[in-house]
Amino acid sequence: MRRRQFIELTALSLTSALLLACDSEGPRSARPVLRSAERWNEKVERALFRHRSMDYGTAVLAGAAYPKYFVSDRVPVWSEAERGPWSMEVTGLVEHPFRLTLADLQALPSVTQRVNHYCVEGWTAVVEYTGVRVSELARRAGVKAEAQYVDFASFDSDYHESWDLASALHPQTLVAYGLDGHLLGPGHGAPARLHSPIKLGYKCTKYLTRVEFLAERNGGYWSDRGYEWYAGT
Amino acid sequence: MDEKHVKRHHWIVRVTHWVNAIALTIMVTSGLRIFNAYPAFARRGDTFCCYPFAHKAIPAWLTLGGWLAGARNWHFAAMWVLVLNGLVYLGFIYLHGEWRDLVPRRGDVRDAWEMMKFYAFARRDHPRQGKHNALQRATYFALPVVGIVSVITGLAIWKPVQLGLITDLLGGYVWARYWHFLAMVALVVLAFVHVFMIFSVDPYSLPSMITGNYNERLSPEERNGRPFWHLLPPRRPTNPDARGEQQP
Repeated sequence: MRRRQFIELTALSLTSALLLACDSEGPRSARPVLRSAERWNEKVERALFRHRSMDYGTAVLAGAAYPKYFVSDRVPVWSEAERGPWSMEVTGLVEHPFRLTLADLQALPSVTQRVNHYCVEGWTAVVEYTGVRVSELARRAGVKAEAQYVDFASFDSDYHESWDLASALHPQTLVAYGLDGHLLGPGHGAPARLHSPIKLGYKCTKYLTRVEFLAERNGGYWSDRGYEWYAGT
Repeated sequence: MDEKHVKRHHWIVRVTHWVNAIALTIMVTSGLRIFNAYPAFARRGDTFCCYPFAHKAIPAWLTLGGWLAGARNWHFAAMWVLVLNGLVYLGFIYLHGEWRDLVPRRGDVRDAWEMMKFYAFARRDHPRQGKHNALQRATYFALPVVGIVSVITGLAIWKPVQLGLITDLLGGYVWARYWHFLAMVALVVLAFVHVFMIFSVDPYSLPSMITGNYNERLSPEERNGRPFWHLLPPRRPTNPDARGEQQP
């Protein structure tokens, strides 16, 4: 029976293709399909996004158990001797670009929030961040209508991640300088980092130096390496 | 030849069955690779009561994706195949009436008990059944239910803030992730039992999920078939109406 043989052969080759795909990224030909699935997922995630959806960290603080990730070989520390006092700039498609020292940042209206940190790896940690809302910085800078994306750059090698504007302006998206009631430590992105429970951890640039409003997205450290760009929670 | 062919599976059921098999394989293997990035459930700085194998990775050969990002890309693409295919299947059996063969009925517990007794050689004859026996019906009913559970728990850990209501109802992110894992274990166990029973009890039903045709003379009930028992077609007395060959 030719038809039956054909069907059985197809099933067999599909099964062996799956088996061969084990422990690999799978067939190269699948990549465009996976990429278009990611674009579709971004549309779904943007449609699900609500400014009013808030996250609450209900359990005990992770404290010392909160992992410290960076991409440089060593813990990135801002050297005042080499680079002068740390400051971060708010720039790009804004009416009034400005630069903030740590003292300037701490002088702005702040919020302290106990939220979850959602890591792409699957763990969560309850953390209490203190900082300034990105929406507050945006308001002060006067974001132009063309700006649709925000890039958050760091001094941790070439680490950066760009965000959609709506997520960046979510009330729980902070430029944070305090963690669990202390100043941010070097392992957690001192002097200031981006943090939000509404995106996965790798979107939250540590060791922040620049907040840049853009018309186009410009990828990011992990999103250029295969992780999804939107990564909303 | 003694044959009584019936059309057992509509082509929509056959197509969705195999699409589901492939999608589920991708979901489980890529899901295990995602799990390996943090093969535990405890919140950082906290403990978790109910998983004794914490921080033991799943063997790499059982996983798809190669690394966390690769696995996530497969997982978040195949999830749409799984969900859409599942909706086509459920929509079809609802509209076409096949759901009646699968939903639990009065007497199912007793019938399932009788099937188990038969498989355990505590009963001589195969219990009478319709299209499926009570154990099959329980399995084929449970699979979509557990599938729906895995989709809901999956949504809860994909979007724990924007769909935070679901996450909260499941007991929070950590528990939702645990339920998602347990749903996967249940799906894998049911699927393996299903495949084992196909090959050991009713291998003649495998072609029926491809061509749709099933020879009821070869059913386990006709063969009195238990796992690896009476696999060959039953011997029957020669039909007295038949003429020719077998005359002495």
